[in-house]
Amino acid sequence: MDGSAEIPAFSVSVQKDAFDIAAETRALTATNSDIGAVVSFTGLVRGSPDTVRAMELEHYPGMTERALSAIMDEARDRWPLDGARIIHRVGRLLPGEDIVLVLAASRHRRAAFEAAEFLMDYLKTKAPFWKREETPEGASWVDARESDDAALERWKSR
Amino acid sequence: MQVLYFAWMRERIGRGSEEIDPGTAATAMDVIDNLRQRGEGYAAAFEDISAIRVAIDQEMAELDAPIAGARELAFFPPVTGG
Repeated sequence: MDGSAEIPAFSVSVQKDAFDIAAETRALTATNSDIGAVVSFTGLVRGSPDTVRAMELEHYPGMTERALSAIMDEARDRWPLDGARIIHRVGRLLPGEDIVLVLAASRHRRAAFEAAEFLMDYLKTKAPFWKREETPEGASWVDARESDDAALERWKSR
Repeated sequence: MQVLYFAWMRERIGRGSEEIDPGTAATAMDVIDNLRQRGEGYAAAFEDISAIRVAIDQEMAELDAPIAGARELAFFPPVTGG
């Protein structure tokens, strides 16, 4: 069975389950044989028994998917993408686990590299997720970083 | 109008959502001013305005954005996904 016609070239998912980067990449590239470049970014939970033992990801059901789709639409406006995939996990995650996957596919590498970075920079400041870390001292909400807001700036003049 | 709270705002208020009557509130900031009056948890959640973000009908908005006709408001800290 040829599954490529059923897999969308552009999609976002918010889910508790782990994802398989190789399978997602294969699915994405199967949609279009003009794809010459695929760039992937994976974000992971950092931690240890002395620091962050677990991370809880809260989100705004409904708005989260909309926001990720809007971010992807914006990337498509800016670059000639043949496909893109965003998967963001929610729920309780342990150190070493994957949190987020961004894939960007294009005919040539420059668009794929830049779009992947853009998607991550925008996701970090516009997608409604909130992280809570479980530490030896108790649970605490992660603060947003100024560096993430600053990262947006360099996409403004481009 | 449905109002939603997330992260530590939800914890301070003690609930994740509620129905409110916006009354004469014209902007999200007006709604905040009204909600603050409800008690300590609300006052604590809305104490630092610079730490508050709002979405109106699931679209990010400024605090001075008009809320007329909105069905859902959400208040939350700056996002930390990714």
